[in-house]
Amino acid sequence: MDFSALSPVALIVSLMVAATPILLAAIGELVVEKSGVLNLGVEGMMIIGAICGFIVAVETGSPWLGFLAAMAGGAAISFIFAILTQYMLTNQVATGLALTLFGLGFAALLGHSYAGIKPPKFGKLDIPFISDIPVIGELVFSHDYMIYISLAIIAGVWYFLTRTRGGLVLRAAGENHDAAHALGYKVIRIRIMAILFGGAMAGLGGAYLSLVRVPQWTEGMTAGAGWIALALVVFASWKPWRIILGAYLFGGITVLQLNLQAAGANIPVAYLSMTPYLVTIIVLVIMSADKKRASLNAPACLGRIFHASN
Amino acid sequence: MTALLSLSGLTKAYPGVIANDDVSFDIEPGEIHALLGENGAGKSTLVKMIYGLVRPDSGTMMLHGEAFAPPEPRAARASGVAMVFQHFSLFDALTVAENIALGMENSPDTADLTEQIIEVSGKYGLTIDPYRMVGDLSAGERQRVEIVRCLLQNPKMLIMDEPTSVLTPQEVEVLFKTLRQLSDEGTSILYISHKLDEIKVLCEHATILRRGKVVGTCIPKDETAKSMAEMMVGSKLRTPKKHYTRHGAALLGLHNLWLKSKDPFGTSLKEITFNLHEGEVLGVGGVAGNGQDELMLAISGEELTPAHAIQFKGEDIGQLGPNPRRMRGLLTAPEERLGHAAAPDMSLSENAFLTGAIRQNLTHNGMIKTAATRAFAREIIEQFDVRTPGTENDARSLSGGNLQKFVIGREILQKPDVFVVNQPTWGVDAAAAADIRHAILELAKNGAAVLVISQDLDELMEISDNIAILSEGTLSAPRPAKGITVEQIGLMMGGTEVEHV
Repeated sequence: MDFSALSPVALIVSLMVAATPILLAAIGELVVEKSGVLNLGVEGMMIIGAICGFIVAVETGSPWLGFLAAMAGGAAISFIFAILTQYMLTNQVATGLALTLFGLGFAALLGHSYAGIKPPKFGKLDIPFISDIPVIGELVFSHDYMIYISLAIIAGVWYFLTRTRGGLVLRAAGENHDAAHALGYKVIRIRIMAILFGGAMAGLGGAYLSLVRVPQWTEGMTAGAGWIALALVVFASWKPWRIILGAYLFGGITVLQLNLQAAGANIPVAYLSMTPYLVTIIVLVIMSADKKRASLNAPACLGRIFHASN
Repeated sequence: MTALLSLSGLTKAYPGVIANDDVSFDIEPGEIHALLGENGAGKSTLVKMIYGLVRPDSGTMMLHGEAFAPPEPRAARASGVAMVFQHFSLFDALTVAENIALGMENSPDTADLTEQIIEVSGKYGLTIDPYRMVGDLSAGERQRVEIVRCLLQNPKMLIMDEPTSVLTPQEVEVLFKTLRQLSDEGTSILYISHKLDEIKVLCEHATILRRGKVVGTCIPKDETAKSMAEMMVGSKLRTPKKHYTRHGAALLGLHNLWLKSKDPFGTSLKEITFNLHEGEVLGVGGVAGNGQDELMLAISGEELTPAHAIQFKGEDIGQLGPNPRRMRGLLTAPEERLGHAAAPDMSLSENAFLTGAIRQNLTHNGMIKTAATRAFAREIIEQFDVRTPGTENDARSLSGGNLQKFVIGREILQKPDVFVVNQPTWGVDAAAAADIRHAILELAKNGAAVLVISQDLDELMEISDNIAILSEGTLSAPRPAKGITVEQIGLMMGGTEVEHV
């Protein structure tokens, strides 16, 4: 076994890359859940984003346009969920699961002829001299742009939820939709906007997978990332900053196990590749052990159907 | 003097029912005007129209002599109409300041808002801390939050829907002082309440609604509570009569019961000890959220306790679940009618089966005896005058008062030895409430022991032999109800924490 190949700096850089897709999807789902909606279709929205982004990036040659298309694609498919759950009052859990299945199948159909193609390369931050500083330059100033954007989105969501009136109204809708309605807020409109934002973020996360992390299109390439993102929201107890912590922790374990595999660690591969998921389950159990705290943070109307009675 | 708000010919129909039928009346500036009526008389629909939540089918409203037709609450608030809701309008997990900001049109930034909250709450004697989480507040404090939220917008017209149902008598006094101060400053108040004694003290005029129509007006000072109730119902009321009887052996005993609440905003029970005897009605008073729900859960068996903490006829039952307790003769009727006492989307006969299966012997080898179950449901409906088309209607389709009669009747017909009921007449109109109290007294007369948890002190004094008060999870020693005054009970409820202005 050769552990000298595991350079800590390279490890951290690659864990950030591994974490970014779930970080993006999770921050979107956090906003959705804060508004009181449980959308289990994250996986489906991610893979739709992955293929939409991939197709547009390949056809236009611009990864930026690809990312925009991924957001549009994710939002479009989440709009189906929004219409079904908010206007037709379907069960959110069942609809979300259906969305995942639909997304996986539809993405496979769209991506039929795109397997094995390489997407255009996505740029990295490169500031002369600063990015060349050893260690710090590599750790802080030379990631690809989407990593900085994803962190900015977290900060933006935090600011929106805690500091603006719009965020307060959104939290109010998730906390007690009857009261919000009685005060004259448009609960359904707020929730649809939140769902669309969640779809766009999941789509962006999916595109990051197909355009930067892998970068290639393969069927079912999200491989459960959407479910991890859902778990991450609970792990973060609905607090934006903790999403970063959770995503990087998960990313770290993923990268570590990949590196251990590459270094030929004396553990069967199957065990290594299940560790990130096992750790997720263990962390969730620990997080929800304290029921009092968990229920304080969870939006009180999460997953409940709102029907505006007179 | 022109009226501040003048309603004429307001009509609103829902499928199958006319909620308001040609309702007209005026409210003068600075007047405190009561709106009376039974459940379903159309009071809520009427105030929702004034507040812009519902649009009338026909009829007009004038505010300050100008046409007033708010399309949404925002518009009503902008015109100076504010409303304090009976429930559902605060957000537990948000702070006081955030809650208030949500109810305002253009809320200033947090620092300014906090300053304004402190200023207004000081002016009207409504002390609240803007940074506290609303879920941690008492019912009285929550109401202050709602009132301050309204006052910050300088309303010309304040609508209050059942504001005192959860307050201690001392808190009610503080509230009335605030309302009178507002009325002196020229704010009109439209006041909805079931508590006719309070209306007598507070209100200058009253409009009475029955089945959506205005059936009369009166000056509450010149009426008695009974005469007003009869105007609401349209017929004579039967007042339940209390027979003070000797009590027999202890049936239910709680001994030094401690129970930690599972609800983050709940209250844990501390050292609860009392005995309940044959033929006794024990009333447990106290403001909601002082451990009532927890006490109910412990006695019904939904929360398990150390075995010896709860004894039924000498047997330790603390570790038994609800069904074994039912089998032994301990029946309960929780407060929340829809969702706890009854499953909303199941039919009445199914709901009758849910608690009655064991004692009424409604199963055979694991199969439901349909005919017997329906017969049991029909018996409840007939004996307790539940107004519903039949046994196969959903529980959800019944009005609150009717469903309450059904839930109470379901337990009473199973001939319990001990019957525990939480808020038996909450939100139930005068006639139905009288029926329910009558049924409870009959049950005790036949030798059962009854524990009534209620926030309505008048009700407790009317039907209980002994009264104990639950305050912050501790239960006071039961005292004979005969001769006790509302003030004394108020002090037992921890009324000392009410600020005097």
